[in-house]
Amino acid sequence: MDFDPVTLARMQFAFTVSFHIIFPAFTIGLSAFIATLELIWLWTGKDVFHRLARFWTKIFAVSFAMGVVSGIVLSYQFGTNWSRYAEFVGSVVAPLIGFEVLTAFFLEATFLGIMLFGWNRVPPWLHVLSCCVVAFGTFMSAFWILAANSWMQTPAGFDIRSGAAYPLDWLEIIFNPSFHWRLPHMLLAAYLTTSLVVLSVGARYLLAGKFKEESKMMMVMGIGMLAIVGPIQAFVGDSHGLNTAHYQPAKIAAVEAHWDSSKPAPLVLFAWPDEKAEKNLFEISIPHGASLMITHSLDGLFPGLKDFPPQDRPPVFGPFFGFRAMVGVGVVMILLGWIGAWLIFKGRETTTRWYLIVTSWAWPLGFIAILSGWIVTEQGRQPWVVEGLLRTEDAMSPLAGWTVGLSLTLFVVVYAVIFATGIHFMNRLIVRGPDQTLIQPPARERPTRPIAAAHGEGQMTPGT
Amino acid sequence: MEWYLPVIWGLIIGVAVIMYVVLDGFDLGIGILFPFAKEEKERDVMMNTVAPFWDGNETWLILGGGGLWVAFPKAYAVVMPALYLPVIIMLLALVFRGVAFEFRWVAASSRRLWNFAFAAGSLVAAFFQGIILGGLVQGITVKDGAFAGGPLDWATPFALLCGVGVVVGYALLGSTWLLVKTEGAVADRARSHAIPLLLAVVVLMGLVSLWTPLAFDRIATRWFSRPNIFFLAPVPIITAGLTYLVWHWLKTGREMLPFFGTIGLFVLGFLGLAISTFPYLVPPSLTVWQTAAAPPSQILMLFGVIFLLPVVLGYIVFVYWIFRGKVREGEGYH
Repeated sequence: MDFDPVTLARMQFAFTVSFHIIFPAFTIGLSAFIATLELIWLWTGKDVFHRLARFWTKIFAVSFAMGVVSGIVLSYQFGTNWSRYAEFVGSVVAPLIGFEVLTAFFLEATFLGIMLFGWNRVPPWLHVLSCCVVAFGTFMSAFWILAANSWMQTPAGFDIRSGAAYPLDWLEIIFNPSFHWRLPHMLLAAYLTTSLVVLSVGARYLLAGKFKEESKMMMVMGIGMLAIVGPIQAFVGDSHGLNTAHYQPAKIAAVEAHWDSSKPAPLVLFAWPDEKAEKNLFEISIPHGASLMITHSLDGLFPGLKDFPPQDRPPVFGPFFGFRAMVGVGVVMILLGWIGAWLIFKGRETTTRWYLIVTSWAWPLGFIAILSGWIVTEQGRQPWVVEGLLRTEDAMSPLAGWTVGLSLTLFVVVYAVIFATGIHFMNRLIVRGPDQTLIQPPARERPTRPIAAAHGEGQMTPGT
Repeated sequence: MEWYLPVIWGLIIGVAVIMYVVLDGFDLGIGILFPFAKEEKERDVMMNTVAPFWDGNETWLILGGGGLWVAFPKAYAVVMPALYLPVIIMLLALVFRGVAFEFRWVAASSRRLWNFAFAAGSLVAAFFQGIILGGLVQGITVKDGAFAGGPLDWATPFALLCGVGVVVGYALLGSTWLLVKTEGAVADRARSHAIPLLLAVVVLMGLVSLWTPLAFDRIATRWFSRPNIFFLAPVPIITAGLTYLVWHWLKTGREMLPFFGTIGLFVLGFLGLAISTFPYLVPPSLTVWQTAAAPPSQILMLFGVIFLLPVVLGYIVFVYWIFRGKVREGEGYH
């Protein structure tokens, strides 16, 4: 059989990175949530925060492990599948990854040990500090990886010498033109995703009539985040979009399925973009809408896809539909947050049954939005892997097609098993719920043993 | 131009790799020894001796790989495609081994399955790390600065021997780690494993030491030409002496020393391989100078390493200290 190595390698990267991003996105938010719970616990001394922190730490442990193992794969994939990319950007992008290892990975991985196993080994303040350090580590990790990604979207501070990127100004490289919007957009997405999961779990318990005190707290905290951070995210996302319109106009043209730049663009609500005929089929749109959003003027003009030669155009389907999925989910999130806030104001957030039912099913929304958003931004910069400098098809390693096909098959099989099992186990931990007993934190005498964080009291039975 | 920068970076990568080999070596060794435990309780204890550390240990693998990319992008771009399948298989094996740490505790009926995933993942990862090492030492076909060989070039008897060597070496590290961290039946069994493992390690190190100069002229010249032979002779002599000491410590019931002695053996073995290949990063054609990143990148990252790595080492030591002492059966996890 004949394989096209570039297509297979792209499928492999898309698959492994999509699988990976789910877990860091969740753990970035969850570590911040756990750190917050522990800080409140240290401040108020209320047991409910301690029980919640321990409960979520178990789920965090499972999620974090999956994020770590799928992330190591990525750090090697740059070399195994994309060696020409690795060589081309090595002097510029690799140091950013290097700093990620030194300022984030070691921090997270090491203090995770205390966070998971240290409850009865260290005094409470040190445990709380470790949680904060882990949360800070996940933040730093996002900082560096988004600096690297942003540089590939909007390269700056470099020169091309003997066929490779050569660094000239590190601050320009790190704080490149799209970084200051991309980073907050991703971080807020992570926090919102976790808030939705927390809210959803709280709603699930309330519907089952369990863990009332914990659930109320989860509902209030989750709703608060959605109601306040949701609108901020809408603003940040909009600014990020305007930034993209300036630096990567072809991406925005694809997002809006906008072909002809000679006329003001309508806001396309739905369409079936036909890339061959260079037009939209079945279009439903609001006249002048996209022009208003992007140029802030009803008759503003911005580049359409036809302004770019066909070989320099991104595919339209992914960015177009991905963007609509992301924005649609975002609107739902804000609505859930504001309705929830109204219910809290009325004192009915734990008793409004329809709201509990809806939110108990809302947990995947954040993940859908994140994956959609990444499809928008990553497919939208095709055919470039480094915008304007290196095409994806020129970035590939010199590999035989069958080896890439084999590794892709292995990744799909292994990740399917791991993913399904991990979700199943996280669900099992959620079904079991928070422990009602408390660990005695400060062990004054001889320190006791490491404990397995995700292991609850006694034996557990399947399906509980 | 700054000829010393690539040399310093070669040293840093070397240190990162040896840190990885020693630290993840002992917890992969625990996985390799997992099937030999008699009861589930013993496996709990074995796993708990490394559970708080494995994640940090594995991070050295990212520092090694990432460091290679930072400092020597051209070497990274040759080595990874050349050793494509071994690298991918090793990473997938590490996936199974890594998630097993968490999954095993949550699993009920499927616990045995995750025991198997932990053991097999550790074994396969160790074996393919040896293959990667052997594949690099035996040389990679390079043309115009890019990999130009076949996808199975690495599959040689020498690389397989290195694979077996690393598995046995990690098992020895794992068993001596158990002497440090456990007592009772688990420690007794570890001690009874450690002695034959030590003998096997010695035999395999000897085989590699004989094979490399016989098969590769460049390595024979490095070791046996004058005056090199006088400067390098201490390496095998110290290795022989240390092997005797580890054997003696195992026989006399020492708990800490066999582990540190085994680390010493690993460092010496690694030093031997480094002597054989330096200054080539991709033997037999690309040196550290030919593959170096732009000087500003090496300098920036060097500052990062000088200021941040001591901090990293500091808190790693701190966490090992927090979780010091023996892990006992039946207590620990709640």
